[in-house]
Amino acid sequence: MNVSTIAEFIAVLFMLIGAIMAVISAIGIIRFPDIYTRSHAGTKSSTLAVLLTLLGAFLYFVTTIGFVSVRLLLGIIFVFITSPVAGHLITRAAYRAKVKLADTTIEDELADVLNEKERSEGK
Amino acid sequence: MINIMLSAALVLFGVAILISLYRIIIGPSLPDRVIALDMIGVHLVSAIAIISVLFHTTAFLEVILILAILSFISTIAFSKYIERGVIIERKHDS
Repeated sequence: MNVSTIAEFIAVLFMLIGAIMAVISAIGIIRFPDIYTRSHAGTKSSTLAVLLTLLGAFLYFVTTIGFVSVRLLLGIIFVFITSPVAGHLITRAAYRAKVKLADTTIEDELADVLNEKERSEGK
Repeated sequence: MINIMLSAALVLFGVAILISLYRIIIGPSLPDRVIALDMIGVHLVSAIAIISVLFHTTAFLEVILILAILSFISTIAFSKYIERGVIIERKHDS
């Protein structure tokens, strides 16, 4: 077992861990009670899954054929930047569209802040 | 060994996409469905990375970037539609 085989194995192991993270995030998106916790699961852990998988593909192509793929690196950076932004925007749109929180929610601090702002603007 | 691990990863991504599809079908509100669609796009990107490793070719690597950009833009458009009701606003006529 030489070095190239070991590096190849590690690259494929990264992809397998990424796939397991994807299934965990999918379980999170099916089990959580409301949209805010669901976006918590669907944004963070699926981003980690994609980052691990693309990193595994990058390592695989570097170690087997010696091809440094700039496109894969750009894809990693792009997903890392844009996926949390997309999660933030859709959660904000959901709050503005008055999607209900879960029944187990204890307090909603943003509603207090928004009411305060509307009251001070009204006066 | 490596082929088995790659196939297992591909099957796991398929399972994740199926579960998100279930959330799209039963999702009670529109933002739920949009989050599940965003997750499907992101998982499709990594499935394409696995397929390009499995076929041992570098021809599919552009598809990864294109799909990531398209998924991001569609999520942004949907969230703006939910929040404001329009996607591209008109200029104010003054």
